[in-house]
Amino acid sequence: MQLLGILISLLAGGLLALLCDRYASAAARWISLTSLLIATVLWLPLWPQAGADASTWLIHTDTVWVQRFGIHILLATDAIGSILIGLTLLLGYIALLSSWGEIKHRVGLFYLNLLFTLAGVIGVFSAMDLFLFFVFWEVMLVPMFLIISIWGHENRRYAALKFFIYTQASSLLMLAAMLTLVLLHYQQTGLLTFSWFALTQTDTDSTIGWWLMLGFYVAFLVKLPGIPVHNWLPDAHTQAPTPGSILLAGILLKTGAYGLLRFVFPLFPQAAAEFAPIAITLGVISILYAAKLAFAQSDLKRLIAYTSISHMGFVSLGIFAWNSLSLQGTMIQMIAHGLSSAALFAIAGLLQQRLHSRDLNRMGGLWQLAPKLSAFTMLFSLAALGLPGLGNFVGEFVVLLGSFQVYPWATAIAALGMVLAPVYALFILQKGFFGPPNELVQNGVADLSARELLMLGILAVGLIILGFWPNLILDLSAAPIHHLLQRGG
Amino acid sequence: MDWQQLLALTPILLAASISVILLLVIAFVRDHLLTCLITCLGLSGAALSSLISVGDVAQQVTPLLIIDDFSRLFGALILLISLISAWMTYPYLQATDEIREEYYILLALAALGALILIASNHFASMFIGLELVSVSLFAMVGYLAHSRDQVKLTLEAGVKYMVLSGVSSSFLLFGVALVYAYSGSLSMNIFSQPGSPLLAPQYLILGTTMIAIGIAFKMSWVPFHMWTPDVYQGAPAPVTGFLAGGVKIAVFALLIRWLMPIQGPYLPILHNGLMAMAALSMIFGNLLALRQDNLKRLLAYSSIAHMGYAAITLIAAINVGNLSPLLAAEAAGMYLVTYAAVTMLAFTVLSHLAAQDLNYETGQLSHYQGLLWQQPMAGMGLIIAMLALAGMPLTAGFIGKYYVFIAAVDQQLWPLLWLLIIGSAMGLYYYLRVILILVNNTPEAKPTRNWGLTPLIILLGLATLWLGIYPGPSIAWVQLALAGF
Repeated sequence: MQLLGILISLLAGGLLALLCDRYASAAARWISLTSLLIATVLWLPLWPQAGADASTWLIHTDTVWVQRFGIHILLATDAIGSILIGLTLLLGYIALLSSWGEIKHRVGLFYLNLLFTLAGVIGVFSAMDLFLFFVFWEVMLVPMFLIISIWGHENRRYAALKFFIYTQASSLLMLAAMLTLVLLHYQQTGLLTFSWFALTQTDTDSTIGWWLMLGFYVAFLVKLPGIPVHNWLPDAHTQAPTPGSILLAGILLKTGAYGLLRFVFPLFPQAAAEFAPIAITLGVISILYAAKLAFAQSDLKRLIAYTSISHMGFVSLGIFAWNSLSLQGTMIQMIAHGLSSAALFAIAGLLQQRLHSRDLNRMGGLWQLAPKLSAFTMLFSLAALGLPGLGNFVGEFVVLLGSFQVYPWATAIAALGMVLAPVYALFILQKGFFGPPNELVQNGVADLSARELLMLGILAVGLIILGFWPNLILDLSAAPIHHLLQRGG
Repeated sequence: MDWQQLLALTPILLAASISVILLLVIAFVRDHLLTCLITCLGLSGAALSSLISVGDVAQQVTPLLIIDDFSRLFGALILLISLISAWMTYPYLQATDEIREEYYILLALAALGALILIASNHFASMFIGLELVSVSLFAMVGYLAHSRDQVKLTLEAGVKYMVLSGVSSSFLLFGVALVYAYSGSLSMNIFSQPGSPLLAPQYLILGTTMIAIGIAFKMSWVPFHMWTPDVYQGAPAPVTGFLAGGVKIAVFALLIRWLMPIQGPYLPILHNGLMAMAALSMIFGNLLALRQDNLKRLLAYSSIAHMGYAAITLIAAINVGNLSPLLAAEAAGMYLVTYAAVTMLAFTVLSHLAAQDLNYETGQLSHYQGLLWQQPMAGMGLIIAMLALAGMPLTAGFIGKYYVFIAAVDQQLWPLLWLLIIGSAMGLYYYLRVILILVNNTPEAKPTRNWGLTPLIILLGLATLWLGIYPGPSIAWVQLALAGF
C-alpha cells in the first residue's frame, strides 16, 4: 500500500495547495513540503535491506481496473524502482527549495503541477502493468507542459509545444507496439493481460518482435534523449523555470533510461540484442556530438542541457551492452547525473535570478563577488567532467568497464567523451567565474542565502557519498539487475 | 400492432409528443423557461422510458423499426445529448432578442429523427429519420440569422447546410431506389442475406455506393466534408454542439447497425471506400486544422479527423477479428460514447461564453487569451476537452483512441494505424496551441464571476474524466447494447 500512499499524498497535496493558495500563498509551499515529507516517510520502508531479499518484488497493490482487457492497477517495486523513487523524492525537495523564492505568481497552481509531475514519475517507476505504465508515462507530461508554458522564460510556448509533441508522438508508437504485444500474448496463451510479469514470458523471437521493440525503443530514446531525437531537450530545459529544469533533467530523463532497462530487453531479448550495435552507435554519437554542441553554447542553461544529452549517451551505452557491470554503472550514472544536472540547473537559475541573463559571455568575475556560489559551481562542474571521488566518475567508469568487454571499439571511442567533458565544464568556469567582472556583474551579486546553501549542500553531499561509497547503491541493485539479465537472455 | 409493440415505441412516442405539446403550449403562453422545462422533462422522460425497458425482448415494430437494446441504449444517449443541448440553449437564447420558444420544437423534432434513425432497419425509416434531423437542422442553423452580428455567416451556414443536405439526400434516395429496383425489398437485412437469387451485384454496388455517399455527407468524411467548417462556424454554438454530438452519433449508430451483419459480393467496395475515406479524413482533417485561428473551424476539422478515426472501427467491424468478433463494434460504440461526452463538453463551454459575449461566438482564438484566469471553470473545461480530443489518458478521449488502436491492431490494419499515429501527432499541435492560448498570461486577466452554464460544464467535465478513469461501466453498457447482434 505504500506506493499508493505515496501517490495519493502527492496528488492530495497538490490539490490542497491549489485550494489554499487563495488564502495565503505561503500555505501552498508548506503544504507541498508536508506532502513530500509524508511521501518520504512512506517511502522509507521501501529501502530494501541489502542482501538476499533485494531481488524480491514487493507487490504493493494489485486491483482490477478494467476487467474487459485484463488491466490491473499493479504497483510493485524492486530495488531499482525503489532507488529511483528515492531520487525522485530527493529532487522533489530540491525543486521545492529552488521554487521557494523564484515562483511568485499562481503559486498554488505551480505546486499542483510540481507535485503531479512527481506523482506521475513515481507512477512510471512503480507501475508493472503496461497500460498503467503508459497512463503515467503520458499523464506526467501535462503538468510539466503547464509548468513550462505558464512559468517559463521568453520562448516558453514554443518549447512547451515541442517538448509535448516529441514525447507524445513517440509514445503513440509505443502504444501501438504495446497493444500488438498484448494481442500476441493473447494468441499464444489465450490470456488477455497487460502485466509485465506475464508479458515478459511472451515469445517475441520473430520479425514482429523487431518492430515492437523499435516502437518501445523510439519512445524511450526520445525521453532519454538520444540523437537523433534529442531536439526538444535544449529548448525545453532552457525555457523551463528552474524547478522545471531540475525535474526535467534530474528525473524525467531517467524515465527513458528506466524504460529501456525495464521493458526493451526483458520484453524483446532477442530483438534488443540484435539491435544493440545500432543503439550503441547512436549512444556513442550522442556522447561525442552533444559534448561538442555543448561547447558551442553561450547560454548557460542550453550548455547544461547538451551536457545532459552527452551523459545520457553513457546510459544508452551501458544498457545496450547488457551485462551486470555495465548495468550497475548505468544505475550509478543515472543517480549521479540526476544530482549533478539538477545542481547545475539550480545554479543557472540562481544566476538568472540575480543577473537576469543566462549569457555566459556577459558574466565573468563572479568568483570575487560570490565565492560560495562559485565554489559550488566548481564542484558540480568537476562532477560533470568526471572527477574521481564524485558520483559521475564512478558511473561513467563502470559503464565503460562493462561495455568494453562486449564492444571494445565503441567503448574506446565513447571514452573520448571523458576528454571532451572537461572542455565544456571548464569553459563554464572560465567564462563565468574567473577573470575581471563583466558588464552584468558590475553592481555586485548576492552570495548564497541559507536556503540556497542547503539546496546545493544536499546535492553536493549526495554526489560525494555516491563517489566514495558507490557500494551503497551497487549492493542494492546487484540482485535485481541479475534478475533482469536472466529474463533478458 | 399489439400492446407490446406500442409499449416498445414509448420513447419515440414521447419524443414525438414533445413537439406537439410545445406547439399547443406556445399557442397559449409564450414563456421561454416553461418551454425549455417542458422540453427537458419530455426528453428525460423519453430517455428514462428507454432505459427502463433495457433487457426486454427485441421488438420489430412494423417492418420499419426495430427496438432492441441497441436502439434503447443509443436512443437514451441521443436523448441525453438533446437534453444537454436544450440546457445549453437556454442561457444562449435568453441573451438574444429573437423569438425563442419555437427553437425547442425544432430540437425535439431533430431528437425524434435521431431516435428513428438509430432504430431503423429499413431504408424508408432511415430516410424519414435522416430528413427529420436534417430539415430541423436547416432551421436551427439559421435560426438566429437576424439577431446576431454575424448575419452573413449564419445565413451562409444555413443555406449551405440545406443545399448540401439536399444533395446528399438525393444521392441516398437514388441509391435506395437502385437497391429496391434490383432486390425488390427496402429492408436493410437484404445486405446480410448473400444467397438471395434476386441480387444483381453491379447495380447493388452502385446503389450501395450512393447510399454510402449520402451517409458520408452527414459524417463529413473527406471528400464530402466541404460544408463542415462553414456550418460549424456560422451556426449558433449550441446548434453546432448538437450537430457535432447528436447527429454524427445517430448516423454512426445507423452505420454500425447496417454494416455489422453485412456480407456479400459488394463487401470489397464498401471496405475500400471506407478505407479511402478514413485515410483522407485523417490526413486532411488534421492538416487543415493545423493553422486555424478560429476555434469553431478548428473543432470542425478536428471532428472530420475524429470521424476518420471512428471509421477505422467500422472497417475492422466488417471483418472478424481474432480477439472477439464483437471487439470492433464495441470499439465503434465506445468511440461514440466518449466522443459525445467530449464534444458536448467543448460546445457547452463555447455556448457558455457566447451567451455572455458575442466575441466568443465568432470563435476567433484571440478572444480566448487567458481564459483560464478570467473564467477558471470554463477554461478548465475547455482544457480538459482539448486534452481529451488529443487523446490524453485519464480522459474519455483516450479510451476512444485506445479502442481504435486495439481494433486496428486486431485486424492488422497497419497503414491505417500509421495514419492514425501521424494524425494524432499532428492533432497534438493544434489542441495544445489552444491550451497555450487559454493559459496565456494577459495583464488584464481578472476573474469574472458568471454562473451561466457552469454546472453543466462541471458535470460534463467530470463525465469526461470519469469515462477515462473508470471505463468499466460504460464498456459493459456498450457490450449490452451490442449483445443482440
